[in-house]
Amino acid sequence: MRNKSSRFAIPYVVWMAIFVVAPIILMVVYSVTSADGDVTAENFTGMGLYLSVFTRSFYLALIATVICLIIGYPVAYAMAKEGPRFQRLAMALIMLPMWINFLLRTYAWMSILENNGLLNQFFRAIGLLRLLGVDHLSLIRTQGAVVLGMVYNYLPFMILPIYSVLVKLDGSLMEAARDLGANGFHVFQKVVLPLSLPGVLSGVTMVFVPSVSTFAISRLLGGGTQMMLGDLIEQQFLGGSYDPHLGAAIAMVMMIVVVVCMAVMNHFGEGEEQAVML
Amino acid sequence: MAKELIRLSDCVVKFDDEIILDRLNLYINDREFLTLLGPSGCGKTTTLRIIGGFLTPTSGDVFFDGQRINDVPPHKRLVNTVFQKYALFPHLNVFENVAFGLRIAKVSNDEVKQRVLEMLEIVNLKGFEKRPISALSGGQQQRVAIARALVNRPKVLLLDEPLGALDMRLRKDMQNELKRIQQELGITFIYVTHDQEEALAMSDTVVVMDGGRIQQIGTPEDIYNEPKNAFVADFIGESNILDGVMRADGVVELFNRRFQCLDGGFAPDEPVDVVIRPEDVDIVSEDQGQLKGVVTQVTFKGVHYDTIVDFSGFKWLIQTTDYCPVGSRIGIKIDPDGIHVMKKSAYSGMFGDYSSYSEEYDEIGDATMEPGGEDSGDEE
Repeated sequence: MRNKSSRFAIPYVVWMAIFVVAPIILMVVYSVTSADGDVTAENFTGMGLYLSVFTRSFYLALIATVICLIIGYPVAYAMAKEGPRFQRLAMALIMLPMWINFLLRTYAWMSILENNGLLNQFFRAIGLLRLLGVDHLSLIRTQGAVVLGMVYNYLPFMILPIYSVLVKLDGSLMEAARDLGANGFHVFQKVVLPLSLPGVLSGVTMVFVPSVSTFAISRLLGGGTQMMLGDLIEQQFLGGSYDPHLGAAIAMVMMIVVVVCMAVMNHFGEGEEQAVML
Repeated sequence: MAKELIRLSDCVVKFDDEIILDRLNLYINDREFLTLLGPSGCGKTTTLRIIGGFLTPTSGDVFFDGQRINDVPPHKRLVNTVFQKYALFPHLNVFENVAFGLRIAKVSNDEVKQRVLEMLEIVNLKGFEKRPISALSGGQQQRVAIARALVNRPKVLLLDEPLGALDMRLRKDMQNELKRIQQELGITFIYVTHDQEEALAMSDTVVVMDGGRIQQIGTPEDIYNEPKNAFVADFIGESNILDGVMRADGVVELFNRRFQCLDGGFAPDEPVDVVIRPEDVDIVSEDQGQLKGVVTQVTFKGVHYDTIVDFSGFKWLIQTTDYCPVGSRIGIKIDPDGIHVMKKSAYSGMFGDYSSYSEEYDEIGDATMEPGGEDSGDEE
């Protein structure tokens, strides 16, 4: 593309080089060196210690992604089927929480889930706790709370890409399928679902990636008992166990795993030219 | 010839308060090639959607083979559709697109293969099975859409402006091909188009529609030669439509001149619309003409000249192989079978004057022609 308008891309390219490419290179360098500056693989070999953190991170992120998909697809489908007025309203409702700071929203969940939080107070008031013979239900500081936080925060990122694919689906394709003998279920299975896969893929990506690397949610709602990769990395840079080389190595591994996951998924969606890798 | 297959009786379709179809009555015979012809918004696609099952009429009934099918959903009807923009499935290749209906019907793999390949051969797409839809040209996509519908062996094939997106040459080819396929398979085709040439060339029966009503039903020859009202006359081919008065059976008065015609059955002195096709007018020398006028515009069209002639302010289109230069004074003669008399209708006066053809010649328009001075003995 050798036209004049390509000049406008220059600032962006410079920006990307300074703030995206350079840090990645820096990270790679850090991950293969020791504090003395020697080249070493120790950062990677010593990582086995944190295997449980890795598995927990991917496990929780996976569950959150699946739940988002299960909730998000029907919502997106229902929205796309409704009239434009309902679509605008639903869109506003979905976007509304995003205008509030992410941390604030998560703090709000803390006060809902706490042992003396809103939910437990409610359960106490209706006598549920007495019925169960407990002082409170342990809601916070559980894996469930972390997954809830992820689903709550990232659900819009699942709904929106699926919705935008579904809403653009050519209605005549559905009519054609019905015309050819497909009932409602077949239309969905053979036409709507395969054609909405690109949206599902980018939705899954947009939920899974931030989920797997989150540290605020696991810190606030997991209460330190559910340490995830994000927390682990943060500790290496800011926390007590200061070791940026190890932190860089962990971040590297995480990045590679995520990229591989996405590549595999995109492979399944091949042929859908809109499939985007974010 | 054949028995009745589909009947629409008193079908009304309203969206909000807008009437799309107004008490439509239509029956369609088995193995017929029937065309719904009309301008956009005339209700032809709506009619097709009722037959396909995508639309339930607000009131009225739809019968298929004697059975009322108002509430039968599309996937249970023995009807398949070729959609306007083909609506091919982009995630499937040519073979799977065509096989779609058979797969739903759980036809065995061997039979699917045999029937799909057979159908692709009929539409001249042998060897294209593995191609993705995006790699096909418009004409090829068109053929896939036809194959996909026909492979299910429907009793009726509905075609919604299927050739609209193709270029001229391809259209002509596909017209012949569609006609051939229809005759080869012996299936009823219901074809929607706004292209009158297409309708005349392909159909057994043409249904001309406008404003949600049927204006005329007939063979292509009937529709062209005996249009029922000014709308049909104007929509099908070119026509000069004039105000006339029926003086007696076989005598119509135009521009205060009496002409012989073949129509009758009107009240004495009834005002009528008169259609004269541009090719039915003979140009003669001025003194021999039944009417005299001045040529205001000539356009060469290959086979003939489109000649616009001004007869005391009313501009006619005449198609002739004789070249008459602009400004020349000519006379015209019309044979009795070239004059078609129609009852006055809501469309009277809306069509048929070719003034807009030649705005730039308006100044010459008021040449010294007084209507109907002398007579030239065509009255009886």
